[in-house]
Amino acid sequence: MRVFEGLKFKRASTPIHKLDPRVKFFVSCIIFITAILFNELLPLLILFFAQLPLILIARVHREWMQSLKGASIFAVMIFIMNLIVGYTSPTFGYTISYSLAMAIRFLVLVASFSCFFLTTSPDDLGLALEQSHIPYEFCFAFTTAVRFVPVLANEAQTIVDAQRSRGLELEKGNFIKRVRNYIPILIPLIVGAIRRSLELAEAMESRAFGAKKTRTSLYSLRMKSIDYFVVIITLALFLLAVYIRMAVAIPRIEI
Amino acid sequence: MIKVENVYFTYPNGVEALRGVTVRIEDGEFVTIMGENGAGKTTLVKHFNGLLKPTRGRVEVDGIDTRDASVAELSRKVGLVFQNSDHQLFSETVEEEIAFGLRNFGFDAPTISKRVEWALNLLDLVEYRKSSPFMLSGGERKRLALASVLAWDPKIIVLDEPTIGQDYQQKVKLREFITQLNAQKRTVIVVTHDVEFVAECRPRVILMSHGEVVADGPAPRILTDYDTMTKVSLLPPQVTQIFLRLSDLNLPSNIIDIYEAKQLLSARICKAGSK
Repeated sequence: MRVFEGLKFKRASTPIHKLDPRVKFFVSCIIFITAILFNELLPLLILFFAQLPLILIARVHREWMQSLKGASIFAVMIFIMNLIVGYTSPTFGYTISYSLAMAIRFLVLVASFSCFFLTTSPDDLGLALEQSHIPYEFCFAFTTAVRFVPVLANEAQTIVDAQRSRGLELEKGNFIKRVRNYIPILIPLIVGAIRRSLELAEAMESRAFGAKKTRTSLYSLRMKSIDYFVVIITLALFLLAVYIRMAVAIPRIEI
Repeated sequence: MIKVENVYFTYPNGVEALRGVTVRIEDGEFVTIMGENGAGKTTLVKHFNGLLKPTRGRVEVDGIDTRDASVAELSRKVGLVFQNSDHQLFSETVEEEIAFGLRNFGFDAPTISKRVEWALNLLDLVEYRKSSPFMLSGGERKRLALASVLAWDPKIIVLDEPTIGQDYQQKVKLREFITQLNAQKRTVIVVTHDVEFVAECRPRVILMSHGEVVADGPAPRILTDYDTMTKVSLLPPQVTQIFLRLSDLNLPSNIIDIYEAKQLLSARICKAGSK
């Protein structure tokens, strides 16, 4: 459940929080693409640490660390998988450095999107989607999904408690048994989510959801000069990264 | 016996739910825990089977510190029935649902089928034995949740809000059932808001507010203490409220039982009529 902790939005007014959500999403996507451009350790490390100042300005470092901690188990798995598959490489040192790079690449992705979700309110997110001319039903579905993540996480915890009270030991048994141990958790959780969604649909219909085709919003997003500035800087850095990729030999770190 | 000694508990999100709770519950007692929403009632009972461990202080069940035992070991003794039965039902049939706990505790097959039979009869669920738990009505699901815990015959039974969403008839049945369990020397602990229900059961009452125990004693004393009750967002039972308002007629103010009230009032009316 720790991973979800790192996606919970808390209201604050730092420069990062105030950025247009579309701009933030754009930045996250650019980081994502850049991370895929490179598979060497050095640029990925730079990409990872370059995000630190943003996190510190937004003052979400604690939550951010938590989501990274939650993601680190997957990063370790990625590292081990790459090590086992043993990328066709001349030296073992290179294999290690490559596997490490893949793990870091994953952390870069988690870090950038965690930063996005930590600093963007679900309402802003919905607005951004709407103003990007995505049909309102889809925007609503998306924001509702985001909105219900903590609710479901909470419910999952209660279900775990209830089943442990009936003698269920999640950590007991071999791998297959452990996976099966989650059945008593997942069934009530899924049934509950389905029930809840049906209730939500009824509640929405009784409040005239979809009665009018054209909707107006109370707030609308407007790009400010700082937003344009961030977009330009990001694009410039991205072009630089593409140039480096194509024209510069990246030094290999071998461990 | 459950011994709670000066227990503090803070949730990971920083909410301090218990602030120095000290309570002792003897074997065979019938206790209700009452208090406003968020008073820490559920947090407290989750300490009884080790789901939560105290941040400070200690909880002992039968002399064992809950920090030294697993939830499964403690649950064998302390059966906790959660408020919302939908949080635990998952099996294909009612029978399977009841057998789940028994399997976890390692009972052998003949014992399991015997216990399942016993629990089905006890809670009047025999006709549904092959039905899916999800097809049952709300009240039946609650009974099934109760059956699935009682099946392994825990010494101490904790019920979290058992009366919510139950009609009057179900409540009467529940009361009879709880009294019967208690008569069989089991410790029964009920978390509830339902003042009328408590008044009819006459247990020991523990009142909680903001993570602390604010009153502890027999039901007739606690439920008629108007100031303390209203402080924890509860009201005395209706019959008590009438007697409190009739205090200038020299009537006793510690009545929680309708039968007792009727006796008193009719005696008074007869006396007045004969004059």
